[in-house]
Amino acid sequence: MNDKYIITVIAVMAAVTILLRFLPFVIFDHGKQLPKWISYLGKVLPPAIMSMLLVYCLSNINFVAGNHGIPELICVGVAMLIHSWKRNTLLSIGVSTILYMIIIQSGI
Amino acid sequence: MKRIIKKVFPQTIPVMAGYISLGIAFGLLLQSIGYGPVWAFLMSLFIYAGSAQFLAVELLAAGATLTHIALLTFLLNFRHLFYGLSMIEKYRSTGIGKIYLIFGLTDETYALLTGYKTPEGLSDKSNFFAVTLMNHLYWILGSVIGSVAGSIIPFDLTGIDFAMTALFAVLVVEQWKTNKNHIPAISGFVITVAALFIFGADNFLIPALIVMSVALLFMKGTLSREKSNE
Repeated sequence: MNDKYIITVIAVMAAVTILLRFLPFVIFDHGKQLPKWISYLGKVLPPAIMSMLLVYCLSNINFVAGNHGIPELICVGVAMLIHSWKRNTLLSIGVSTILYMIIIQSGI
Repeated sequence: MKRIIKKVFPQTIPVMAGYISLGIAFGLLLQSIGYGPVWAFLMSLFIYAGSAQFLAVELLAAGATLTHIALLTFLLNFRHLFYGLSMIEKYRSTGIGKIYLIFGLTDETYALLTGYKTPEGLSDKSNFFAVTLMNHLYWILGSVIGSVAGSIIPFDLTGIDFAMTALFAVLVVEQWKTNKNHIPAISGFVITVAALFIFGADNFLIPALIVMSVALLFMKGTLSREKSNE
């Protein structure tokens, strides 16, 4: 255990993360009208990024071994179905998460 | 204050489930290499990036060099560059506190703030701050609990972090219902899956984001025209 080392590590990781989060604001946020293409990207990226983050969450599944990612895929399907039907976030997430926990913990 | 928390809290419940359980896992892991609650607290307070902090545990244990750590953090958090683009206009009139909003712009905070409208009767500004701060507190709380008491938690929490996957699944549906044009959502999905197969699970996010942005820019003519017809 070395306190100096971990403090430097925290500082470096925080600085890099902060840099990445601030950069778009530093470059484009000058109180003027945003360049049209940035404003456009800002509007169309969220749906694309939401799909990306969903794939990201599922990207470590091993489809060829273990349970083949079946619990994950079933529960994502359940969350999406319930949500398109009732459009109640807590219901969709609650039911699918509890179902997932039951499947995983019972080792089906 | 109470009113704000009451209105914003329900939105953040899935993040609470995810952040507290993942935070616990992180705190436990950090404890296992000999760094206690104070370090878990400081890391979650100042770094506040989940996947980077998990990586940090391995790097700390291995005694990695600072250059190596900076590079890996850069690659892992590169995606945050793209989140700001959607928030520049939204955060315009948030004053000096904007610094904190930008600092706290994680995947989940970004997803909640772009995926849901501000609750009825609240200002955008209070909503932005409340969501950002609550999520940050969940993460700090989880990691400290994990560090102090992770090994004595009496119930089996395995699988509860699926709440975060479910949150993104739900937000994909929300975006689908809100936007008439589904090209951004579909291209995001197809491009990410293609990138995952080509570059593998460790390296696909950066190429996916770049290709996605370029593709969307190429479709700017068609997509902006349809947007203005809505």
